[in-house]
Amino acid sequence: MKPIKIVIAGQPNVGKSSLINAMTSSRLKVGNFSGVTVEKSEVSFEHHCHILEMIDLPGTYSIHGFSKEEKVARDFLQNEDYDVILNVIDSTHLTRNLLLSLELLNMNKKMVIALNMIDEANAEGMSIDVSQIQAITGIPTIAVSANTKEGIEELLNVVHDIADDEIRLKSKVSYSDIVEEQIYTVSQYFNENNYSYKDLDSREMAIKLLNDDENFYKKIHDKPIFMELQPLLIECHDHIHNYYETKNHIDIQASEHNAIARGIRTETIKYKTPKNKKKLTKKIDDILINKFAGIPIFLFFMWGLFQLTFELGAIPMDYIDSAFQWLGDAVGSSISHDGLKSLIVDGIIAGVGAVMLFLPNIIILYIGIALLETTGYMSRVAFLLDGFFHKFGLHGKSFIPLVTGFGCSVPAYMATRTLKNEKDRLITLFIIGFMSCGAKLPIYVLFAGAFFVPEEAGNVLFYIYISGALLGLVMAKILRVTVFKGEDEPFVMEMPKYRMPTFKLIYMIVTQKAWSYIRKAGTFILAATILIWFASNYPKTENVSLSVQLENSYLGQIGHASESFFAPLGFDWRLSVALETGLAAKEVVVATLGILYNVGEEVTETSDQLLSAIKTQIPFASAVSFIVFVMIYLPCFAASMVFAKEAGGYKYLAYLFVFTTLVAWIMSFIAYHIALLL
Amino acid sequence: MLLSNLDKNINAKIIKIDCKDELKQRFYSFGLIQGTQVSIEKISPTKGAIVLLVDDTSVAIRLDEAKYIKVEVI
Repeated sequence: MKPIKIVIAGQPNVGKSSLINAMTSSRLKVGNFSGVTVEKSEVSFEHHCHILEMIDLPGTYSIHGFSKEEKVARDFLQNEDYDVILNVIDSTHLTRNLLLSLELLNMNKKMVIALNMIDEANAEGMSIDVSQIQAITGIPTIAVSANTKEGIEELLNVVHDIADDEIRLKSKVSYSDIVEEQIYTVSQYFNENNYSYKDLDSREMAIKLLNDDENFYKKIHDKPIFMELQPLLIECHDHIHNYYETKNHIDIQASEHNAIARGIRTETIKYKTPKNKKKLTKKIDDILINKFAGIPIFLFFMWGLFQLTFELGAIPMDYIDSAFQWLGDAVGSSISHDGLKSLIVDGIIAGVGAVMLFLPNIIILYIGIALLETTGYMSRVAFLLDGFFHKFGLHGKSFIPLVTGFGCSVPAYMATRTLKNEKDRLITLFIIGFMSCGAKLPIYVLFAGAFFVPEEAGNVLFYIYISGALLGLVMAKILRVTVFKGEDEPFVMEMPKYRMPTFKLIYMIVTQKAWSYIRKAGTFILAATILIWFASNYPKTENVSLSVQLENSYLGQIGHASESFFAPLGFDWRLSVALETGLAAKEVVVATLGILYNVGEEVTETSDQLLSAIKTQIPFASAVSFIVFVMIYLPCFAASMVFAKEAGGYKYLAYLFVFTTLVAWIMSFIAYHIALLL
Repeated sequence: MLLSNLDKNINAKIIKIDCKDELKQRFYSFGLIQGTQVSIEKISPTKGAIVLLVDDTSVAIRLDEAKYIKVEVI
């Protein structure tokens, strides 16, 4: 039997995810979620011996808008094959939600309305006449609550019945008198001429034409009937335009829909008691977006999240690291062939380890972000910070990924998903690398320690971090006015009511993100690690020191080959190779320097031997230039792969490579020549 | 007067919205439309954005965007 396809459409913050969860949680799941913000996600399960497939469209306030999610939603609704639209509505914001429902009704598909959060509406003292809504719209309407599970079973049964039904229920919504007159005129014409198109009746066809529905115009334009219809249509349009004193059909449709939505609200909602829940949100807002306290409170939350992510995350990280070390040693000792042993231990096991290592960070960060988003606080953050970030061509929400970038770029790239606008997200993705990640710290510590007295070294570190961040903001502005130019996305956004998220919802969001990281990023990070392992170990030179082996390897050869590229920055081949191994992971840079300056493999940033070797063998200007390059150039392989995935393709990684390398080269060149003068 | 010049917590009615269709569509989908009542609930620390109260919903918009909305105090 063919599965029944149900499309779930609704505005943001109406509890779509919770509702889907409530409908599917106790059932046998065939598929699973696979979500990226602007993508739709799917889940299928069994209901009364039938497979129901649910497609969750991104939450949008309208389907006529210009943003990417709105386009995704519109294209799907217009072009894809499905059985029923399940329109989820927040009962406590009926008027605004109905504006979308009215747009959906114009798609002329089978539809069911779920009045979600009915428990909340009741708690606010509202009483909603559900059957009256159904009578006015002509669409089956069920009051449900994802929280209390009220009405969930009934909703599923109704959706199932509607899907099985032969006939499609028609919309009963009536427009203003002036528009109804024109609908009547046009539909009469269709009736007289016995014209029909697909399963549309004459009224529906008339509404499509009066709404300037382009697709339908194209269909009917070539038909003989259009000859006589055209003058009639012009006349009808003129009537409406004269009445509304505008020809803009966006204005007209908005007025019509607004009047209908208000009408439905007035006729179906009664307040039993004066509302008071509103006041709670307002009270919290008085503190959280207070003119003076708002930003400090937010910074405190961020500090807390940052601490948790990297301090708490470091604990399992150590265990994972030693577990993979142990596994590597255990497996290694049982393999006698040297090359194979190295591939499995240093290539594969180390590669899988590198993927798993970031997992605790990602999980903790995502719990934090999921909490910020589901409670409704994230919108407040955007409101507080938008003034500052907008000056640099960024969005208020860019702050969270950028700050995360100081810890690790991998979760930072993933955190950009909270940005719904594509340009905002891409710009943020491109400048996250300017926020120096934790793995770059050892390099900075080493060089600052080698060239500055201990009292100054701390300040130098601080300046390195700050100048990186400022450079990032400037670059954001440059990208905005050059590459990603064009109109700003309107900021207009809802400040949803504060809500207590359920444990289940958070669990669902976090596991979904974590799996998506392991599945997609994991495979590529593993492949890349093996590649780097190969390039630094082959071709094999027998019986030589590590540094000679590395110099002769493919990686070393690349280092030599790229010497002329790096020469104007004051780098010799050794610094070039160190930078290139840093593409694998920034932690490797210090170790590589250790090998190349003949100190040995087991060095740390505080090792005195390496410190003095660097001090004596690298000129000051080259060191400054090297630091600047490290600050700016491409993040590690793991991060690069995640970047490519989040940005939407490898071509973006190529852009990032060119962009960061170019900026790093130019800034290092300038820094080198200034340092030479000192 | 323009919505951007309205004082906090004063009730006003929208009389006209005049801007590009993209932004207009956005305003409309939040119920910001001719005839609707609005008031300013909050102003951001940098004065970059304001929170409006429209039909029991709080909606944040940039002050620059508020300049496109004409209102009259009621």
